[in-house]
Formats: sequence, structure tokens, C-alpha cells
Amino acid sequence: MTIAANPTPLLRVEHLTMRFGGLFAINDLSFAAKQQEITAIIGPNGAGKTTVFNCLTGFYKPSSGRLTLTAPDSDTPHLLERMDGFCITKDAKVARTFQNIRLFSGMSVLENLLVAQHNALMRASVYSLAGLLNLKSYRVKERQSIEKAKYWLEKIGLTAQADWSAGNLPYGSQRRLEIARAMCTDPVLLCLDEPAAGLNPKESLELNDLLLDIRREQRIGILLIEHDMSVVMNISDHIVVLDHGARIADGSPIEIRNDPAVIRAYLGADEDEDLPQEIATDIRHAAQREAR
Amino acid sequence: MATTSSAPLPPKRNDGPAWMPSLLKDAFAAGVLAALLALPMLGFRLVDSAQGLSLDYRFSWVGIAFAAVFAGRLAISLARNAWDGRRRPMRERGTEESHGLRLRKLAGWLMVAAALLLPWTPIADRNLIDKATLLLIYVMLGWGLNVVVGLAGLLDLGYVAFYAVGAYSYALLSQNFGLSFWLCLPLAGAFAATFGMLLGFPVLRLRGDYLAIVTLGFGEIVRVVLLNWQVVTGGPNGLSGIQRPSFFGLPFLAAVPGKTTFHEFFGLPFSPDHRILFLYYLILILALATNLFTLRIRRLPIGRAWEALREDETACRSLGINPTKTKLSAFATGAMFAGFAGSFFATRQGFISPESFTFLESAIILAIVVLGGLGSQIGIVLSAFLLVGLPEWFRELQQYRMLAFGGAMVLIMLWRPRGLLSSREPTVRLGKTPKAPEPMPAGEGATP
Repeated sequence: MTIAANPTPLLRVEHLTMRFGGLFAINDLSFAAKQQEITAIIGPNGAGKTTVFNCLTGFYKPSSGRLTLTAPDSDTPHLLERMDGFCITKDAKVARTFQNIRLFSGMSVLENLLVAQHNALMRASVYSLAGLLNLKSYRVKERQSIEKAKYWLEKIGLTAQADWSAGNLPYGSQRRLEIARAMCTDPVLLCLDEPAAGLNPKESLELNDLLLDIRREQRIGILLIEHDMSVVMNISDHIVVLDHGARIADGSPIEIRNDPAVIRAYLGADEDEDLPQEIATDIRHAAQREAR
Repeated sequence: MATTSSAPLPPKRNDGPAWMPSLLKDAFAAGVLAALLALPMLGFRLVDSAQGLSLDYRFSWVGIAFAAVFAGRLAISLARNAWDGRRRPMRERGTEESHGLRLRKLAGWLMVAAALLLPWTPIADRNLIDKATLLLIYVMLGWGLNVVVGLAGLLDLGYVAFYAVGAYSYALLSQNFGLSFWLCLPLAGAFAATFGMLLGFPVLRLRGDYLAIVTLGFGEIVRVVLLNWQVVTGGPNGLSGIQRPSFFGLPFLAAVPGKTTFHEFFGLPFSPDHRILFLYYLILILALATNLFTLRIRRLPIGRAWEALREDETACRSLGINPTKTKLSAFATGAMFAGFAGSFFATRQGFISPESFTFLESAIILAIVVLGGLGSQIGIVLSAFLLVGLPEWFRELQQYRMLAFGGAMVLIMLWRPRGLLSSREPTVRLGKTPKAPEPMPAGEGATP
């Protein structure tokens, strides 16, 4: 794998702590995500998974800790905890999706993908002057952006719906469009917050293929929060398990599946009602499949 | 504010006269409400007679109010039921949207042609051109505010402040420094844009209602400053004797010693109508420039970022869009057009005072934008015509014109609750032949 050639992980989270008043949402969390790997963050509800994402993408300022992103082709690491929210996407190239889809629902599918290329297009439009005068340099760039949008529309199978309002798409397509929109920002790290939530089994499988495809072809790192174990166990290279804001396990899917601490966190040591039914079944089934 | 909703009408059913009782009940309730309102307003009347004040009871008027509202409400409900039954199959035609777009484009060109030819039609007189000029000022202000409210979704209740900044910049620059209108025009735009930024900075974190309140306050601050800064602005007396516009240096006057006037230069007999015509074409050009600019910038990344910001600010940030810059640019752009319109206003009137820049003006401009359908350019022309043009034309009706105004507002709220022209056209299309999606009820696609 490429990790040997590039020993610095793409993202390194060190001693991340996020306090809300007296509550530790994340407590001294450390992990690393490698380039060209899918790293999943799992854990029971309220374990602090989304908070990790919000710290990573600048929506929260971490109380303490360090978040270092080292792009594969550059030597200067970005310290995410010091950057403004929008700069994290613009300069450090971290893109994210949201647990509850946040598309520009009144705008068309194609426009959603063009807005994601805002910074590149703005540079070409030179304070909108080149754009207003419709200079050739801008027209070329706009054409390229549309081509890129077309590429992603093809990938997510929405070419025919390119001119629809994004809000009129079916739910599964909206999920895929949000991923495509994030990819249009040319990220080096893609953070997906429960991309399979609300998808049916067929759509989940399509999502798996899409994510594996992105990892293979775009050669970027993916950070994934997911409850759907069929997604997590099938595509992750590496899993980090959180509970009560702390890391309780870290390893390959097989290791995680058999880790007693994880099973305890999900099944509960004493109280069984902690566990969402479907997750328990998923884990059990996965374990059985593994045994066979 | 943007979602002006109509009063909830009774459920619409098309299964025969079974819905009649519910409509009657609803109409009766509306009638009772109207009677309750009418009782103090119409039922009692103070009569000032020789014996002093006495009360006059006019309960028959209350009865009339009840009957009128009952009948009106029933008629509206019936009409809606009939209308909905007929309109549904129309909606299902897939090409409706592109057809509407072509129609709208055609209407736009027709309007431009009509505006260009208006002074040469037989109905045109000085009065009409004057009113058309006033109307065009409001159209231009509406188009300018549309950038802020319609595209960027920032509710601005103090827009008239920028209009005032533009007017006073021109008046002061030309009076104190003798600068010409053509030099002052861009300067006034720049000053107004600067003020737009100044307002923008403190309100960056505010959204929706809070933003509206702060902008309202800003508008008032500007007016109060103009009112009280006597030394510079002349206070409540305003500034008079503002330099009138010239045709690239040729004044519109009968004779100026040592200078060629417009009619002398072109060998025409002197007529005061020349200036009126010139002003009319000037504002037409300014307004059309505003329109062209807006249409173009909507298709540029900054315009798309404004619209994206209106849709979802959080998502914008997650895509690396700088919300601060984007918002400020929207404020500045909108304010710049108000500045242009303001300096035109000053040169047309020759006199300005804080009276012209009250909150009511902001409200009218905002009403024009909202009524036209947020973001729609032609809708703004139509609603400016409805809100400013018609009341001007029907001045002869005196106090009843406000009644007609109110009536028109009620009708629009009933039939076009989202503005006259509210459908949005994408700024860019992938396919050559636009294929419109089946219109879905709002929100249906977004629920899992």
C-alpha cells in the first residue's frame, strides 16, 4: 500500500477534547486516518462521533488537542483546529456531508455541483470582472466546471435529472448528490456523516460501490460515521470505536468485531436496553458470517 | 416575510356539493369576524352637532359589512374550488416551465420596447412621462434590493438608507465641489456600497428577523443623522437648488450666457420637455443596466453563491465559501444600485430632504420585491406597476385608491401567495431541451 511510501497519515487527531460546559463530549481522543483508506468511526448514540466531525470541519472549536492534516502532495501540514470553518474546505481540502441532508434544495442538481466549485470559479472570474465581461478565460473555466459536474452526475447516476430542483430528488439520490457535491470541492479527505441513514438495502449497496470507487479512483481518504454495519464492515479498512467521547477500540473490521470492549459498549455490560436492536443483529450476523 | 401565506381556506374537495356546508360555515365565520371588526369602526359614529358630541348608531352598516364579507368569502372559496379542478391537468404538461420561460422572455422584450417607444405614443404627455420616470426609479430600486433579498436572502428593511446616501452624495458633491452628474453617479454608487459594507459588518452573524430589525434601525439612523446634521445636510430643510443634469455638458435651459444649451446645439426650438424626456431615458438606461447586471451576475459564481447562501449557510461554509465576503458583496452590490438611483432622484427633483427617505419607502420597495416573487426580475416590474404606478394613476379616486390598493394586496395574497412570478429558472442547464421535473408537493422529496 502507499502508506509505506508516505508514512505521515493524512489526518492525525491528537488528544482532542471538546467540552460543553462540564460535559466532555470528546475526551482525549487520538486516532489517525490514512490516505486512500476508509476509516469508520462507530459507537453508540451520543458517543461523540458527530462532534468529532464538527471539530474537524471547523463548526466547533475544540477545547484542546491538535488536528493535523497532511495532504499527500505537500509537506506543510494544516492545523485544522486553528482554521476558520470555510478555510478548512477551501485550503486544507476537507469536505463533509451532513447527517440530515443539506442540499441547496431550491437550486438545480447541476447548480449544486457548481456552487461546490465556487473557489475555483471565483479565481477564474477575477472578482466577477472576467465573468461580467464574459472573457474567454472565464468561459473555459466554467466549461471545465460543468464537465466535472457531468463526471460526477454520471457516477451517481443523476445525469438525466441534472436540471431538476435538488429538493425534488428521491431521498437516496439526494444522499448521493451530497457526496458528489462534497467531491466537487476536490477534497483530500472526505468526511461522511451517516451516508447510509435512511437508505434501503439496495441503495446501501450502491453507496458501498460509490465509496469504494471514490477511494480507488480519487485516491483520497474517507472518514465515515455510520450505524449501518453492512456498510461499515464491508468497506472500512480501519475502524475507530467511540463510547462516551473516548476511544475504546481501534483496528481492522475483524479485530473490532471480536473486541470484547466494543461488544460491551454496544450490548451494554449490565443494561441491555442501550443497544439499538438492528445494530445488535447486524453485529451478530456479521460475526456469524465471519465464523462460516 | 417571504412566505406571505393566505388565510387557510376550507379543505378543497371536488366530490359534488357535499363541501357546500363547510364553505357556508367558513363564510359565516368570516362574516362574523368582519361584523365584530365593523361594529366599533362602522357601527358607531361621533356626530358633532350644536348640542355637543353625540353618538350615532349605524348598525345597518355592520349588517352590510357582514353580508359583503360573507358573499365575498363564499365566492372566493367557490372560485378556488372551480379553479383547482381546471388547473390540475395543465400542470402535468412537462413543457410548461420552458414554455413559461419563453413567454417571460418575450414579455420582457415587449416591455423594453414599450418603455423605449412610450414617449412617442399619442397618449404620452408630460405628466405620463413624469409618472413613468417615478415608476422606473422604483423598478430600479426593486431590482437593486432583489440582489439582497431575492438572491442572497438577507431581509433588508433599511434599503432606503442607501438611496438617501446616493442622493445626498450627489447633492453635496455637486454643490460643494461642483462635480458633474456623470462624475457623481459612480461616486454615489461607491459611497452607497461602502455604507452597505458598513452595515454588513455588524449584521453578519444575524439572520432572518434579527437582521431585519437591525437593518430597520440602520435605515432610521441614516435618516435621523440627515435630519440633525444641520451644517452639512441642511437638516429638515434639506438641500435645494441641486444641479440639474446636462446632456454631456449641454444644459437643458432656454439660454445660458457663455454656454451652448441642448436645444441650441441640436438646432431645436427650446422646450422644457427635453429635460423630462432625457430624465426618462436616463432612468430607463440605469434601470436596464441594473437588470442586465443582475441577470448576468446570477449566472456567475458569486451570484450562485448568494443563492446558495439563501438556501443553506451551513452547507455553504462546508463547501469552502466565505460567508462573510459573500454577504458583504451582496449588501454592497444592492446598495450600489440604490446609490445610483438616489443620485438620479436628487438630480431629477432638484431638492431633497429626509422626508423622502422614510421607512415607508423601504417598506414599499420591499413590498415590490416580495410581491413580484423573490428573485424574479419581471415580477418586480409588474408589482412596481401595481404598487406605485396604479396608485399614481388613480390619484383622482382620492382616498378610495388606498382601498383599491388594499384590495389588490388581498387578491394577490389569495391567488399568488408566493409572489406574482415565483418559479425559479436554473442559472445553467445541462440538457439543450429543458426537461422539467414533475412538480412535487413541497417537502415531499426531502423526507425519508
